[in-house]
Amino acid sequence: MQLARSNQINRLDGLTLGLLGLGGVGAVVGFILAMGSPPDQSQGFVARIFHMHVPTAWMAYLASFGALGYSVAYLVRRKAHHDRVAAAVVEVGLIFMALALITGMLWARPTWGVYWDWEPRLTTTAILFAIYVGYVVVRGAIEDPELRAKAAAGVAILGSINVPISYMSVKWWRSLHQTQSIDLTTGKINVDAAILIPMLVNLAAFTLLFIGLVRLRAIIAAREAAREEA
Amino acid sequence: MKPKYVVGLLLVVGALAYLIFGGLGQNLVYFITPSEYFQQVDRYQNRPVRLGGLVKPGTLDYNPQTLELRFVVTDGVKEIPIRSSGTTPPALFGENRGVVVEGRFEGETFVSQNLLVKHSETYQAPKEGWTPEQVRKLIEETQ
Repeated sequence: MQLARSNQINRLDGLTLGLLGLGGVGAVVGFILAMGSPPDQSQGFVARIFHMHVPTAWMAYLASFGALGYSVAYLVRRKAHHDRVAAAVVEVGLIFMALALITGMLWARPTWGVYWDWEPRLTTTAILFAIYVGYVVVRGAIEDPELRAKAAAGVAILGSINVPISYMSVKWWRSLHQTQSIDLTTGKINVDAAILIPMLVNLAAFTLLFIGLVRLRAIIAAREAAREEA
Repeated sequence: MKPKYVVGLLLVVGALAYLIFGGLGQNLVYFITPSEYFQQVDRYQNRPVRLGGLVKPGTLDYNPQTLELRFVVTDGVKEIPIRSSGTTPPALFGENRGVVVEGRFEGETFVSQNLLVKHSETYQAPKEGWTPEQVRKLIEETQ
């Protein structure tokens, strides 16, 4: 019974492979569409980094909420599975966060004139990144699985407070970063359809990749845990 | 011992988060406007300041030989002359652009060490009225 259940979590299932495959194909399609999108009126082709920057930044925020959800679920139900998924979400989220930061910096140099500046959006995003690096460090530092899971959950829950702050920073404070092009609080979209659609394709593809990668990482973590127990 | 450890960790992280986020909320004024400068002129002398506003049309004077750039930043109420030298301004720099300049006040003039150009959150393809030459110019200018 125990064996059968753990096998179910351990197995590399069709859904995970399907998500990764579909996400991969979607990312290629999104890239081709993005490369065919028109230049921006004021920025020219530089603005195409938008197609990469916005979806990765949204994935970073999504990761934060995902980690929050699974961390709360762990604290309530105390299932190791939830802890493993929370850790997987953070690890995959860190990749997207790094991509959002790197693409943002590459975009900032030709438009703002600098790679980095300590303005509100960038600072809050850097803090967010540091918190999730801290999450991984905390996990590595604590040996006892139960304590590790609880401490990590605490970090994830507190870390997620920064997401709305980071998202709203461009509205709450004076900043160098422009306000949201696709404003989720008002529903306003300041992007031409020809530029918006490739971004949405990328967003969908990255979301599938994100979920696929998280499932894959959680399966690996479950196998590791099973081996440690045996 | 375990629960104590958890509580301690949560307290530390919570305090840290409060400090960072609380501090950000209260003290975070990324740049001052020309009007704010004139309200407290003494406060902003001889220390690094970030000044934000729009480049006033007709005030832009750039010498490509000496790389000396002069312009006036306005917030619609007050104006401050800016002097910057040694660097080429970013491609998007121009009249009516939102800018943030980092530097110091030297008397009446603000001497810029770093010129940052804001851009809008709107992304639009060139419209039908645009000639192919205009589109090409746009592409070449921003490379």
